[in-house]
Amino acid sequence: MANSDSATIDLVHSQRKKGYELFVMGVLILCSLVAVAVTVGIVLSLLFEAFRFFERIPLTEFLFGTQWSPQTALRADQVAAEGAFGAVPLITGTLLISFIAMCVATPLGLLSAIYLSEYASKRSRNLIKPALEILAGIPTVVYGFFAALTVAPLLRAGGESVGLDVSSESALAAGLVMGMMIIPLISSLSDDVINAVPQAMRDASLGMGATHSETIRKVVLPSAVPGIAGSLLLAASRAIGETMIVVMAAGLAANLTANPLEAVTTITAQIVALLTGDQEFDSAKTLSAFALGLVLFVTTLVLNVVALRIVRKYQEQYD
Amino acid sequence: MSKTAIISAKDVDVFYGEKQALNKINLDIPENKVTSLIGPSGCGKSTFLRSINRMNDLVDICRVEGSITIKGQDIYAPEVDVVALRAKVGMVFQKPNPFPKSIYENVAYGPKIHGLAKSKTDMDELVEWSLIKAGLWKEVKDRLDQPGTGLSGGQQQRLCIARTIAVKPQVVLMDEPCSALDPIATAIIEELIDELRNNFTIVIVTHSMQQAARVSQRTAFFHLGELVESGATKSIFTSPEDERTQNYIMGRIG
Amino acid sequence: MTDFITPSSQLKTRKSAEKRFQWYGRGAIIASLVFLVVMVGSILYKGSGAFTTTDVAIVVDLGPEAVDPANPQDARFEKIVKDALKARFPEATKRADRRKLYGLVSNDAGFELERFVLANPDKLGGEVRVWFRASDDFDILLKGTVDRTVDESERRLSDQEIGWIDTLLADGDVKRGFNWSFFTNGDSREPELAGILSALVGSALTLLVCFCFSFPVGILAAIYLEEFAPKNRFSDIIEVNINNLAAVPSIVFGLLGLSMLLNTFGMPRSSPLVGGLVLSLMTLPTIIIAARASLRAVPPSIREAALGMGASPVQATFHHVAPLALPGIMTGTIVGMAQALGETAPLLMIGMVAFIVDVPQSILEPATALPVQIFLWADAPERAFLEKTSAAIIVLLLFLITMNLLAIVLRRRFEKRF
Ligand SMILES: Nc1ncnc2c1ncn2[C@@H]1O[C@H](COP(=O)(O)OP(=O)(O)OP(=O)(O)O)[C@@H](O)[C@H]1O
Ligand SMILES: [Mg+2]
Repeated sequence: MANSDSATIDLVHSQRKKGYELFVMGVLILCSLVAVAVTVGIVLSLLFEAFRFFERIPLTEFLFGTQWSPQTALRADQVAAEGAFGAVPLITGTLLISFIAMCVATPLGLLSAIYLSEYASKRSRNLIKPALEILAGIPTVVYGFFAALTVAPLLRAGGESVGLDVSSESALAAGLVMGMMIIPLISSLSDDVINAVPQAMRDASLGMGATHSETIRKVVLPSAVPGIAGSLLLAASRAIGETMIVVMAAGLAANLTANPLEAVTTITAQIVALLTGDQEFDSAKTLSAFALGLVLFVTTLVLNVVALRIVRKYQEQYD
Repeated sequence: MSKTAIISAKDVDVFYGEKQALNKINLDIPENKVTSLIGPSGCGKSTFLRSINRMNDLVDICRVEGSITIKGQDIYAPEVDVVALRAKVGMVFQKPNPFPKSIYENVAYGPKIHGLAKSKTDMDELVEWSLIKAGLWKEVKDRLDQPGTGLSGGQQQRLCIARTIAVKPQVVLMDEPCSALDPIATAIIEELIDELRNNFTIVIVTHSMQQAARVSQRTAFFHLGELVESGATKSIFTSPEDERTQNYIMGRIG
Repeated sequence: MTDFITPSSQLKTRKSAEKRFQWYGRGAIIASLVFLVVMVGSILYKGSGAFTTTDVAIVVDLGPEAVDPANPQDARFEKIVKDALKARFPEATKRADRRKLYGLVSNDAGFELERFVLANPDKLGGEVRVWFRASDDFDILLKGTVDRTVDESERRLSDQEIGWIDTLLADGDVKRGFNWSFFTNGDSREPELAGILSALVGSALTLLVCFCFSFPVGILAAIYLEEFAPKNRFSDIIEVNINNLAAVPSIVFGLLGLSMLLNTFGMPRSSPLVGGLVLSLMTLPTIIIAARASLRAVPPSIREAALGMGASPVQATFHHVAPLALPGIMTGTIVGMAQALGETAPLLMIGMVAFIVDVPQSILEPATALPVQIFLWADAPERAFLEKTSAAIIVLLLFLITMNLLAIVLRRRFEKRF
């Protein structure tokens, strides 16, 4: 019945609605271009506003100046109406806090990852991993609250009792808490990296009579170094871009110092300070936030691109 | 070309990237008969079968040269719509792959997208017809709304056949349809294939010599990407012309 | 001959090094978890008090001189409350003492009385016992956070005030109950009256906008990249782009929102519309990455089955592949939404930091969000706001836990091994 009566068959016309399907494809492509548009939007808006800032304040002053006090003048005719826009103290402050955070998170995160991937039983792994991931799921405003209202007073009191003067907005408090926040990032990335090291390499070392920890230190870790480096870079980029903890716990004092007990400020904290509250949109003060944003974006982007490259290279090596 | 040939392949070459999988295949497939493709693993049977309804289009690196015609029309001609083609040339796969939907929806899906049923009663009739043809109606008529994935392997494969014939194609391609089934389910399907040949032209790939002998009227033997020999099943099995065919049938080529 | 059985001293040190190394790992995990427990525990401890509240009963005079039955709204309610307090504790005669006395109840007691009178006109005409919200210092005293034994000059409450409170307690004029108003009030300058309703609604509206944008766009982008995109430079660029976008600091998205959405497109400042859009740009990479993974998990046999019977690629995808991937996509979306719910920094950039008392009625009105409310309260000088902040964090964490549990349940339920 199906074919006995038809002499030819139609292979050209189908029920599909070609126009409709083209439209759907168009929508799909459009949606995937949104991600590109966002990047372009970020770059354009940062560049545009930063450019307007550099029309007023020379780039060299911004990058090399050591004085940051962006107060706008009260009266237009006041001298030094624009304030000072040297970003060096902000950059050093950001680096100081990120450095403290990495000092906390690197050993804790790495050792956790090693323990989880090499020693922990499947059962405890299934329990501990999600527990650590809770740390990653807690909003940063909560960390900020904890840093500002619990850790900072504790450090201050502790410092007092041993005769140290700890600022109530010390870099140490913000850095410590930020370190805790990025532990799960380092541990889960490093965990993947360590797991990717082929079992055969471990077997070879164990087979020669090395203990488990010797195998890890002499064989597994050295071959995982590039991957671990990648994950540390990603974590550092995260620390540099973190905002709420430093806004709440680090304060706004633009001190040029390497002393973790003193107060410092960061790029992100300043952006928030400059752009919340009343603002005239064309002042150098407001525009400087975008210049800072540009610095932040470029720094984190470079770190990410390099980190992703390294990690990918590393993974291909064992594929 | 014989007068009753519905599909005819002329000088068909298929490449996967650099690698040539089929080399100058010339084969006529007669209408309303079962043609089986046999040959050792990797010789290109599936590749040939998938060229007939252009499932090979899905493989990015795959390239087909030469011509394959159905009732005289070149299926690789630019104006051909693969969707229309596949509605006329259906396919049953090695592993039963029902959609994770109800039995009814599995069968109704094809007619729905091809606009074959005007009304709900039309559709009900078409679903019933397909399931009857596939020999599954008695077993499932009381549970049409249950998931197709809940059936046994043999039933699932018959559901896939019902789903394919519901679109009323001209040709049904089957790629080792019984290789995942036990002997009883296999026997049922073989019987079914014999039934279906009244309405459809069937091309079946099989690794079982006995199956080829039982169900098909025509047989084509492939070896290392070449079509070695084709003809009436009886003569291929009783008096093969080529030494390679003979060796394969005697079980000397794996 | 070598002795295999008795361990050499060198082997012993190696063995103990092994033990030590394991303990480093355990120590690191324990340290991280202890930190987690301490942080969450301290917040629970500080915040639990905010869920109870203290009310004081005072007999007020609602006679015709005080409240005109014809025009009850014109009465001087604040004075009535003050008079009632004076009548209750006539020994307070000095100005300073009076001020302390009035401080027993919330600063808004006048409004509370007004609301009571307007709601109960039948109570007018005589003396009525009315419950007022106690002030924050009063509340804190009852919660035991104030140490009565420290020297009077170092306490917020004087001996005299404590005396009054004890009298009220003894007379049964104090009651404590669940603090519903924390969930039904908007923000307030008075900690005892401040609530999270406006912030909650703000967050809900913001998330709604975020979902409505990022969910469809995320799914469709993932479908394109996974099912249709040719493997070429163009799709490589998009791919790299998405991966990098996932790691851009959240505050940069805020800057984008400020300069593009507010200043270029002129969208309403502080509104959930803008907040939601900014957050959706942030969650987009999360959703796309999760959606691609679950599309990839749909077995190719499903695609073949559909295509083999003449479904077009678009039909095969939308009828068969996408529905099967949906639970996985939903899981990823919920995780993304949870991230968005906790996000603060970008919202500060677009002005969602205002002091919002009223519940926002639409996505175009100024609003704030729960994490921003936490940020604002954390900065407030009143001691009682510490408790409120912690309580708001508890609520936020509860929402996040619920969302993540939902995601886990969804994953378990639909996790099909094809
Ligand atoms: N997608 C593909 N990409 C690259 N090469 C392929 C692909 N599919 C098949 N081939 C190659 O083409 C040749 C023919 O494969 P085909 O699947 O057609 O063999 P077959 O005869 O069906 O084998 P079997 O009996 O094992 O199913 C094989 O060498 C195979 O490796
Ligand atoms: Mg095959």
